[in-house]
Amino acid sequence: MTPTAATLARRRRLAGAGAVVRRRLLVAVPVLAATSVGMFVLGAASPIDPAQQYAGAAAFTTSEENLAQIRANWGVDDPLPVQYARWVGNLLRGDLGWSTSRHEPVADVLAARAGWTLLLVGAALALVLAASLLLGTVAAYRRGGWLDRAVRAGAYAVQSMPVFWLGLAAIAVFALALGWLPAGGLTDVTATGTEPADVARHLVLPVTVLAISQAPWFVLFVRDTVAESLRDDHVLAARARGLPGRTVLFGHALRTALLPFLTLVGTHLPELVGGAVLVETVFSLPGLGAVTVQAALGSDFPLLAATTLATTVVVLTANLLTDLAYAAADPRVRLDD
Amino acid sequence: MTDLALPARLRRPLFRPGIVLASVVLVAAVAACLAAPLLWPLDESAVDLARTRLAPSWAHLAGTDDLGRDVAHRSLYGLRVSLLVGAVAALVAAGIGGLVGTVAATCGGRVDRALMRVVDTIAALPHLLLGIFIVAMLRPSLAAVILSIGLTHWLSTARIVRSELLSLRTRPFVDAAVAGGASRTRVLTRHLLPHVLPRIALATTLMVPHAVWHETALSFLGLGLPPHLASLGNMINDGQRSLLTGAWWASLVPGLLLVAVTLALAALTGRWRDRLDPRVRAELHL
Repeated sequence: MTPTAATLARRRRLAGAGAVVRRRLLVAVPVLAATSVGMFVLGAASPIDPAQQYAGAAAFTTSEENLAQIRANWGVDDPLPVQYARWVGNLLRGDLGWSTSRHEPVADVLAARAGWTLLLVGAALALVLAASLLLGTVAAYRRGGWLDRAVRAGAYAVQSMPVFWLGLAAIAVFALALGWLPAGGLTDVTATGTEPADVARHLVLPVTVLAISQAPWFVLFVRDTVAESLRDDHVLAARARGLPGRTVLFGHALRTALLPFLTLVGTHLPELVGGAVLVETVFSLPGLGAVTVQAALGSDFPLLAATTLATTVVVLTANLLTDLAYAAADPRVRLDD
Repeated sequence: MTDLALPARLRRPLFRPGIVLASVVLVAAVAACLAAPLLWPLDESAVDLARTRLAPSWAHLAGTDDLGRDVAHRSLYGLRVSLLVGAVAALVAAGIGGLVGTVAATCGGRVDRALMRVVDTIAALPHLLLGIFIVAMLRPSLAAVILSIGLTHWLSTARIVRSELLSLRTRPFVDAAVAGGASRTRVLTRHLLPHVLPRIALATTLMVPHAVWHETALSFLGLGLPPHLASLGNMINDGQRSLLTGAWWASLVPGLLLVAVTLALAALTGRWRDRLDPRVRAELHL
């Protein structure tokens, strides 16, 4: 089959994608370097002695020589640049260090937990996208109607509710009062493995709470952009041609509104990650967010640095994907400029 | 844009019921938490183990928590702490943002590009995570919480101040001042900054609800204010223990108070912004 003119044009447009990825990677390296240096400076300014941290309560009985030995082993008294170089060197060799709060290698902690966080965030993102596109579009179509007013009032109310409080309220109602869903954890206490059905049941509340907490921005945005594009010429023209209302709404008006929506998704991802930290804590899920909080409570620098850096990588990648998706969706955007 | 559907008479500012309600809520809450120490001089952290987890009644309007402390009473103290921390942190953030924005706009060139690159970088990171990192490294305390909020929330102010200064710089009155022989410092302090100050003030108030949330989130995670200090986040966190034993009021009441006050604050500041700049979308940007 010979490619049509449209596919050829699209192929030409996307030819620049490789260059964009390369350019973004060049920018990402200094960003990551800056982030890690910033973290190191903060870590150095910290009044916390990692050796005492490591020893825990035993620090009171451990002799000063032993603590000094631990410090020497870890090289925490070396000059900052030396420590930083060592850390980066280890990082490049795949050694993320030793978690002082969990007493296991940082890489193991990340490997065991990242999946659950990605699942939580991914499911919540899918839910919030589907719900906000549908609700926002319908609300825009009947501007000022009861659904529109209800959606807007609900969105403003939810915007001011902290996600952890929303989570507690959900637990109080759906887990404790009604007993429909489990209050927390990833599996039943009696479970020996992670059965998909069991996990899914445990994830219903956290995913819904995270999605609802992020929904207002998305719903209001879709509503406003669709309402605006309903007044666009091409939508009026479609309507004048006698196309059915649903086709005009979803095929023409929503399609125009989708482009800026992509940008919103990209810029809102950090918020979603922040929400995941709180949701994981409320529902005691064994994800990266909960472990970050434990690391922070235990002043575990290696683990904290690793989770912060890993999140930065994920967010930068997502931003890049957003831009590529934008270029793929909008014929006016060219990647090679 | 959300206002477009409303007839013009409903857009008159003072008579919108939402705005009136928001003002009433805010004034009542602030008055209550200012008056609480005078009218209700109890020790808000006094433990009474004979009266733990009492359901709401006339003696304890919002019940008691798992240590027998009155929830309504403690919530008012908590609101005071949270609002105070939020306001101070917002001021710190606005200060940092104002300074960075001014330096970027006045120096221009490389300094400007470098500073804006820093802004973009920090903006791309989840600021709760960043805040957690800062608090963890400085050890949870009042100062650490304020610094954590200040260091993660200055970005929008910096951007606003920079772009505002850049656009003001091209206006004729600045040319006139320069032609009149005014020095750079004088142009900046006497001609440009007075125009930017209302913007900074607005950005600061818009930030207060964010700052309050950030504080409550950190406190909720156990990384915020010291646990004995009543703050709304600490109380919601404490209430989590009581929740599983059926005492839902211990975290519901401080949470509702938080929602009511921050919603009122956001509605009022949002209205203020719309009045100041009608071109900006009339959305609550929380």
